[in-house]
Amino acid sequence: MYAFDYHRPQSLDEAARLLRERPEAKLLAGGHTLLPTLKQRLAQPSDLVDLGAIAELRGIREEGNGLTIGAATPHGEVETSELVRRLIPALAELAGEIGDPQVRNRGTLGGSIANNDPAADWPAGVVGCGAVVRTTRREIAADDFFTGMCETALEPDEIITAVHFPRPKRAGYAKFPNPASRYAVVGVFVAETDDGVRVAVTGAGPCVFRLTALEQALTADFTPNAVDGIEVDAAELNADIHASADYRAHLVKVMAKRAIQKALG
Amino acid sequence: MPQVRMRVNGREVSGEVEPRTLLVEFLREHLGLTGTHVGCDTSQCGCCVVHVDGRSVKSCTLLAVQCDGAEVLTIEGLARNGELHPLQRAFHECHGLQCGFCTPGMIMSALELLQRNPSPSEGEVRAWLEGNLCRCTGYHNIVRAILRAAEEMREAPQPAA
Amino acid sequence: MVEKGIGQPVPRKEDRRFVTGRGRYTDDINLPGQLHAVFVRSPHAHARIRRIDKDSVLGMPGVVAVLTGADAEADGIGPLICGWMIHSRDGSPMKMGTHRVLATDKVRYVGDRVACIVAETPHQARDAAEALVVEYEELEPVVDLATAHDAPARVHDDIPHNLCYDWELGDRAAVDEAFARAAKVVSLDLTNNRLVPNAMEPRAALAAYDPGKDEITLYLTSQNPHVHRLVMSAFNNIAPEHKLRVVAPDVGGGFGSKIFIYGEECVVAWAARRLGRPVKWREERSEAFLADAHGRDHLTHAEMAVDEDGRILALRVDTKANLGAYMSTFSSAIPTYLYAPLLSGQYRIPAIYARVRTYYTNTTPVDAYRGAGRPEACYVVETLVDAAARELGLDRAEIRRRNFIPKDAFPYETPVIMTYDSGDYATCLERALELADYAGFEQRRREAAARGKLRGIGIACYIEACGIAPSQAAISLGAGVGLWESAEVRFTHTGKVQVFTGTHTHGQGHETTFSQLVAEALGVPFEDVEVIHGDTAATPVGMGTYGSRSQAVGGEAILRACNKIIEKGKKIAAHLLEASDADIEFEAGTFRVKGTDRQKTIQEVAFAAYVPSSYPPDLEPGLEASAFFDPPNFTFPSGTYVCEVEVDPETGQVSVEKWVAVDDFGRVINPLIVEGQVHGGVVQGLGQALLEHAIYDRESGQLLTGSFMDYAMPRADHVPDFVVEFAPGSPSPSNSLGAKGAGEAGAIGAPPAIMNAIWDAIGVRVEMPATPERVWRALQSVRMPQAAE
Ligand SMILES: Cc1cc2nc3c(=O)[nH]c(=O)nc-3n(C[C@H](O)[C@H](O)[C@H](O)COP(=O)(O)OP(=O)(O)OC[C@H]3O[C@@H](n4cnc5c(N)ncnc54)[C@H](O)[C@@H]3O)c2cc1C
Ligand code: FES
Ligand code: FES
Repeated sequence: MYAFDYHRPQSLDEAARLLRERPEAKLLAGGHTLLPTLKQRLAQPSDLVDLGAIAELRGIREEGNGLTIGAATPHGEVETSELVRRLIPALAELAGEIGDPQVRNRGTLGGSIANNDPAADWPAGVVGCGAVVRTTRREIAADDFFTGMCETALEPDEIITAVHFPRPKRAGYAKFPNPASRYAVVGVFVAETDDGVRVAVTGAGPCVFRLTALEQALTADFTPNAVDGIEVDAAELNADIHASADYRAHLVKVMAKRAIQKALG
Repeated sequence: MPQVRMRVNGREVSGEVEPRTLLVEFLREHLGLTGTHVGCDTSQCGCCVVHVDGRSVKSCTLLAVQCDGAEVLTIEGLARNGELHPLQRAFHECHGLQCGFCTPGMIMSALELLQRNPSPSEGEVRAWLEGNLCRCTGYHNIVRAILRAAEEMREAPQPAA
Repeated sequence: MVEKGIGQPVPRKEDRRFVTGRGRYTDDINLPGQLHAVFVRSPHAHARIRRIDKDSVLGMPGVVAVLTGADAEADGIGPLICGWMIHSRDGSPMKMGTHRVLATDKVRYVGDRVACIVAETPHQARDAAEALVVEYEELEPVVDLATAHDAPARVHDDIPHNLCYDWELGDRAAVDEAFARAAKVVSLDLTNNRLVPNAMEPRAALAAYDPGKDEITLYLTSQNPHVHRLVMSAFNNIAPEHKLRVVAPDVGGGFGSKIFIYGEECVVAWAARRLGRPVKWREERSEAFLADAHGRDHLTHAEMAVDEDGRILALRVDTKANLGAYMSTFSSAIPTYLYAPLLSGQYRIPAIYARVRTYYTNTTPVDAYRGAGRPEACYVVETLVDAAARELGLDRAEIRRRNFIPKDAFPYETPVIMTYDSGDYATCLERALELADYAGFEQRRREAAARGKLRGIGIACYIEACGIAPSQAAISLGAGVGLWESAEVRFTHTGKVQVFTGTHTHGQGHETTFSQLVAEALGVPFEDVEVIHGDTAATPVGMGTYGSRSQAVGGEAILRACNKIIEKGKKIAAHLLEASDADIEFEAGTFRVKGTDRQKTIQEVAFAAYVPSSYPPDLEPGLEASAFFDPPNFTFPSGTYVCEVEVDPETGQVSVEKWVAVDDFGRVINPLIVEGQVHGGVVQGLGQALLEHAIYDRESGQLLTGSFMDYAMPRADHVPDFVVEFAPGSPSPSNSLGAKGAGEAGAIGAPPAIMNAIWDAIGVRVEMPATPERVWRALQSVRMPQAAE
């Protein structure tokens, strides 16, 4: 790790100010992406601004017809939350499949989506539910938030404060984990929402994406059979030592079926 | 250099550290608590697991400064008055360790499992250990040990560790 | 029966320090004033070093020294060696490329050591390592083993075709003749995938130079501290042997990777002397992936000739083995003498011929990894046997039965220079089939099918040669050292026993099993025995721990030392009891005048030996003895593994559902520990079969699986519960214990058991590791042959 200065602001304003004043500063949430990156010397921030002391960033509450999860809430809290299990159990399940128990004790929702790793799980849940990302400046619809590989709509000094998930009528998440890292080789989140069916795929492409063909098919017939009629184009998908593009394309369909099955309960 | 204070194994400690000092480095280098090991640089092996404020965490993926004011429990603090914790005893009796390098992290990880779920199934134990690698034991006896400790702890509940 | 004696499942003595965090591993040790070393490693697979600009970092904060290969040469530091000479078929010696402790002319793999930075803190050393300017001229790398022979580039400029040796074993003409008259011939191309050992403790070294004594002390993650001392003094010129002390404290697993003498420890020890301050180096895991010797990596074409009844007539094996960029300490022996002599498996095979060509490539050096050569051999034999059964429509257990070397045929001489000591293969197989409910398998297959899963069952009958080794045999085959083992057993005044052994324990539990041996032999309480190992200044010279040799060879040396103590004790007791030596008998810790109740305990005798107030006039005081043991033969553990898998046809995911192991380890000293060895070995084998694979980029020679993010290690939830049983067994006649060794069995037998089960489940053979994608593709090819392209 390169040297840096460390700050532990007590409020969001103070955190935002620190970010503005120090353009090379980075936010530190659970640290489970950032610290491994720093250990490998792949980044050299001048300052780390730790969000750990800002109470308002943490917690899960019912809001309107849905759930609001604070950005600094660890995955493990989502996994075990009674509220989440009652309102959107698919999210508890998704959170419970991230990494391992120690990763889930530290890693946070905000950190995960701000980082937008192509193989991360949360982006599938956020896009799949049609959630809204709240920041220190604005609200960003999920469909506009994830803009590319490890890229988001966030401005450099913008801080995610929470994510609001409207409650879907039913939803399911199925993941095929990478045997080494445990990130998703393919993860598919399927939800039937008030605004229609949404299918979000992570792991398979450079960035989470919606599978509109399947959304249409499911609108007509919300059963696993809907998957049989659609094509997943391998040309757009990732290929690496863990899975070729056409295997990923195949897995997208298999995981979609399983996610639908779960949504049907 | 920032000053950190924390309670480690029930003892108040403090020290000046560079911000980039990891918790595991603070424990090993500053406090001489070398029972917590480092087995990887990608936060995956779990050799470094300790408890911070009652939760198991990978101390290689946490800065010492983030733990300012925290309550830390390491493998060295688990036995009470020379009496082994049921997990430590069970690892010994079930031959849940060979080279011993993964053992402190395994035990500290298992401790949180048993705090959350006093009667885990074999499958739940295996799933919980996802963040702990062992190259020696094939896990079989580790799983046995954790199940045995769970049983013992149900019969004679422990004072909170 | 002695409490905690031989054969009992005694929980280990060493555990207490480990479960309380009081183990003492190399990285736990710090010395006042120590400096920190970081190695600058080659980012290229193959390049010429044009220039190393030391000035680019010499002024940086904390930097004390930048050491290069030129400095090492100037100080007379010798290159690394390979300790086993192999001759090619044409009689020429193997071609050894120079392997320097720090590269001088060329770098030959990604991770090759280019320079060593020594600084006040680890951070400063890393800062400087990153800043050091090294100019390279990139060369085309040789990455692929299959094409290394005809590659345009040479890893070592003076070694044509990158060929280290072209070796053979067995009677080629007899094999050809048998193939000519065979009813059936099965042939296969097999890949034995390259593995990264990944002991959980990364390597580390800490050296200090004492100018007063002109002596270097090196704390090291070593499986064999005496061998380190020998090689580092005799070949690397680090210090004369008596001025070099190597201490291997607690070691966090080895599996072979900590046997070898690496450049890092040589540089650290040399730097400590040169700089006059202690120097510490600790490997990062991502560094370990590049720098620790890898394992396996064979390409084999294998053929088996059988008659119409499924009796094996002959075996022909042609193997290419990957050496990596340089020869490592034992690397020449692994694909030759630890491989081909095991190709007879458990079977009576009249003729066997093996040819092995070993190639240099621009990859990490390859050497022994748990099993070392024997897993590769077992995989070849057990896959061919399954192939033959399929070809002939025979049951896979039945074909094995028909070919087993019968129980009464031992000692049995194979056509590939081994004489098996003892065995009872059929009993192991039948018991394993019974425990696995082999007969009821088809029912389970149907049940799985009803759940949409493909279930398969696999059998592997393995043989292992342990207890390395009879020195004369080994030396005649090219070994550079004798492979005996030594021990010293010493009583103290107060009747406690210290055992000094030349072996090393890094998980095997010698502190416990050796104590059990001594408790049984001398009749002293188990708790009164202390086992001391791992320090060349404290222990007798020994060859270390690998090849499952410690119990069979090291244990026997201890027993022999105990026997010497008893002999001397008899003389002392006779004097004390006023009887003649010949009338003294010894049993369970007591010397007794035969037929009387006049007796002395061994503790009383020990006291008399040290406080000789009344003592035989012609006898030396003291009660201690040392012994060396050079075994007359290897030992040959064997066993049968039966494995059941289920395949998810939609994803290709394989899960291991059931595991039965029946092993014949001869006499088992501590079943708890030996079962643990089986579990661990099996899971390493499972890792090889399903998960692990070191993959290099074919173009650039970069290691693509360079961390746990990409190299999949077995985890707790990959593994089923095991059923492990020991066969009634055939004690080894090669040592008085009858012990055979158990450290590697699992890693040898598991891969073919799993792969045969997958083959049974899906109907086609896949290569290791059977990743979901491979299995899924294989299924596609059988289901939709037209789509297989
Ligand atoms: C061994 C291991 C296994 C893992 N497995 C999985 C897995 O299976 N699936 C998965 O999805 N993830 C996995 N992860 C990643 C884990 O979930 C991370 O915790 C998460 O991706 C990042 O969250 P964090 O809180 O740790 O963020 P940090 O590492 O602290 O930060 C990540 C990035 O987000 C920025 N950031 C953090 N918070 C905010 C905020 N509120 N507003 C704006 N920017 C912010 C930071 O500046 C930084 O750039 C794994 C990680 C590890 C170490
Ligand atoms: S050291 Fe490997 S997870 Fe912390
Ligand atoms: S006991 Fe050696 S790594 Fe687990």
